[in-house]
Amino acid sequence: MQLTLHVDGAERAVEAEPRETLADVLRTHVGCEHGVCGACTVLVDGEPARACLMFAAQAQGKSIRTVASLSRGEELHPLQRAFIEHHALQCGYCTPGFLMLAASLLERVPNMSDEELREALSANLCRCTGYQNIVKAVRAAAERMR
Amino acid sequence: MKPAPFTYHAPRSVEEAVGLLHQYSAEDGRVLAGGQSLVPAMALRIATPPHLIDINEIAALRILRAENAWLRIGALVRHSAFERPVVDGPLGELLASVVRHIAHHPIRTRGTFCGSLAHADPASEWCLVAATLGAELVARSVRGTRTIVAGDFFRGAMSTALEPDELLVEARLPLLAKGTRFGFYEFSRRSGDFAIVMALVVRDQETWIGVGGAEAYPRRLREAEAAADPAEAAASAIRPLSDPHYSAAYRRDVVRAAVRRALEQCN
Repeated sequence: MQLTLHVDGAERAVEAEPRETLADVLRTHVGCEHGVCGACTVLVDGEPARACLMFAAQAQGKSIRTVASLSRGEELHPLQRAFIEHHALQCGYCTPGFLMLAASLLERVPNMSDEELREALSANLCRCTGYQNIVKAVRAAAERMR
Repeated sequence: MKPAPFTYHAPRSVEEAVGLLHQYSAEDGRVLAGGQSLVPAMALRIATPPHLIDINEIAALRILRAENAWLRIGALVRHSAFERPVVDGPLGELLASVVRHIAHHPIRTRGTFCGSLAHADPASEWCLVAATLGAELVARSVRGTRTIVAGDFFRGAMSTALEPDELLVEARLPLLAKGTRFGFYEFSRRSGDFAIVMALVVRDQETWIGVGGAEAYPRRLREAEAAADPAEAAASAIRPLSDPHYSAAYRRDVVRAAVRRALEQCN
């Protein structure tokens, strides 16, 4: 199928089979490929979604945001800086998914309680950090962005 | 893994969708709504439908509104729509309280209320809500429209009264009278994980008790509602599922505790 996708503010023409997911055409990180781990999380019309559970054909006409949209050139997004400063990543495989999950959280509910934040971040899996530093980083970025 | 190849259809109207479903259901053509259960099943090759009928572009299926004494929920209403009360009064609060137990927000932005009912996982929260409240389910096919009451809808694990060529276009939940109280208790191992057992209690003049996760499909336990000790009665009324992780006896114990805790929330 010939598809036109709106990715990070640009129109992209792609050729994809119906069975190819949004994760396949964007080439996001994929962990489980069945919706459990959240490594492929992107924003679809501003809402976080698992790119591995959406077929690329379904993304036509929607605005897709990936981790590549966060930095402005060399200047990292406050979330990205906070992840570095708080050691919120080790191997980095889950990081793009966590960043997009967190970006959508901070846009949706800027003043999240600690409990809500932990609950929201439980959507994605990280096997390195034990999550504590991810929680700290997102909290720090939330304060910086306020 | 990757899903097996299929032909993709994106109908623009309900008529077109049920026409396609009629044409392809005999060879296991499936409806694609939120895709949060079907697509994982396809990725694992548990499901290999040769045709997918994607209903996401059918605007008429986005209906979500209170009408007469019912809340009408169209086939494209996502779980996340219920995160804030969709109607004033106890029903909106009940749905907002239950939805927090359904997977995680990024799944809730895609998965649909009606899709959960049609999928009929024994651990589905919405199936329990539909069964306990006595939902009406509206099925559409090329033969016309019929309404199925929740008590007749669920037939077994992942099994419903829908014919292969029927599309669940709408679910209707009764608006609850002002002052109706409710309690919902779910036991699962991890945040967002499948329920091992859950209980929903709704109380106004009378008390309704529904249990899900414990049996092949959720149901209202009228025998427990009338009992002196409803939690004990619920535990003995069920025929629990059993698997290597959670034995029938264990599930029975959890039912007792879940019903008791849901009842306490009503006080």
